[in-house]
Amino acid sequence: MLDPTAAPGGDVIETDALIIGAGPIGLFAVFELGLLDVKAHLVDIMDKVGGQCSELYPEKPIYDIPGYPEISGQELVNKLMEQIKPFGPTFHLGEMVETVKHRPEGGFEVVTDGGKTFHTKVVVIAAGGGSFQPKRPPIPGIEHYEGTSVFYSVKKMEAFRGKKVLIVGGGDSALDWTLNLQPLAERLTLIHRRDEFRGAPDSVKKMRSLVEAGAMDLKIGQVLNIRGEGGQLEAAICRDNAGASFEVAVDTMLPFFGLTMKLGPVAHWGLDLHDHLIPVETASFETSVPGIFAIGDINTYPGKLKLILSGFHEGALMAQKAARYVYPDKRMVFQYTTSSTSLQKKLGVN
Amino acid sequence: MPKITFIDAAGTAHTVEAEVGSTVMEGAIKNGVPGIEAECGGACACATCHVYVDEAWLERTGEPVAMEQDMLDFAFDVRANSRLSCQIKVSEELDGLVVTVPEKQG
Repeated sequence: MLDPTAAPGGDVIETDALIIGAGPIGLFAVFELGLLDVKAHLVDIMDKVGGQCSELYPEKPIYDIPGYPEISGQELVNKLMEQIKPFGPTFHLGEMVETVKHRPEGGFEVVTDGGKTFHTKVVVIAAGGGSFQPKRPPIPGIEHYEGTSVFYSVKKMEAFRGKKVLIVGGGDSALDWTLNLQPLAERLTLIHRRDEFRGAPDSVKKMRSLVEAGAMDLKIGQVLNIRGEGGQLEAAICRDNAGASFEVAVDTMLPFFGLTMKLGPVAHWGLDLHDHLIPVETASFETSVPGIFAIGDINTYPGKLKLILSGFHEGALMAQKAARYVYPDKRMVFQYTTSSTSLQKKLGVN
Repeated sequence: MPKITFIDAAGTAHTVEAEVGSTVMEGAIKNGVPGIEAECGGACACATCHVYVDEAWLERTGEPVAMEQDMLDFAFDVRANSRLSCQIKVSEELDGLVVTVPEKQG
């Protein structure tokens, strides 16, 4: 068995299974793999576990989880975390898997954008609708400015010093960065489609007093167009709610329109893809590459239903095949958690 | 069943039948109306089923509640008649409803 604790940065992390995606299906896969002594590490681009359940509908009830007439997205995630605790999975949150490659000695090398390298015997893709990424507003030509004067996150605040900054949006990201960058910027403008903000009331208050003090500008309206040259932004052409247009001089823009799901780097791992989904065979949910599995919303097969309960089933069958890669010589005996003392020991209930 | 007409970004009208009690979004998805994505499946969590309600119907469809207003912040080119179609419940009263699909969802 491998040590599941994370290795210090730079070292290679050895694991039996590397699960990509810590949504409900990735989490339950830990359980099914764990029963077969397959240790798992999980990587997720979000800074918390739960995937869409936690990000999109933490408080919305789900009605089709067997045994739960009604359970919220977050409650389900919490229960799954409790259920997999005995197997001590290691989470690598806020990181995106960039490459998956065969190793000459067998198994796979997986590298994240956070610079972590894993050596794993199997890879389980449980990435749902793909990775959450910032929404790109449909402003014509915006792609020519991305990375030079349009940014969807702030990596180094110093880069905004002395700039004319335009922040677009009305949630916490927009407000937090307004407050953080205002002291650095030459002039900061916040634009939002209405004079109501979703962000924390305290941040809204602070922003409003900066506006009153004349230290920043607040505009109510929407950005329709941008103007500039060679990737350098010069102005945002906006429209107020009465339909009148106005311009804001700007050299850096930060739009915050929430997140959307994109397939992302999965497309470059050499797997067969069909309509942005990964075809699998339905005995083990293995992809076209032996040793790489795909479970949950990201896979496709005849009759596929994008249900959490289907993903649970897929995880159970996946684990049977995955265990054969990890323990090629072990005789597999199917056991029930209700009656097997060895499974109960693993669960810590016996 | 009540009929709902979706006018897509190209100006083409798609008239579909929608069950009373279902949502306008579901009527679009079931009938493959282009331009309605409904990424989150109707949880009022994504703003990709954004429509503009025809002026004549605004009174009958009502106002978006606070949660829907918040989610509309994530949509693009939001106007006074913007709604998320997953939040409009189909009723007999809405038979004949006309909505326009924006050029791009979020």
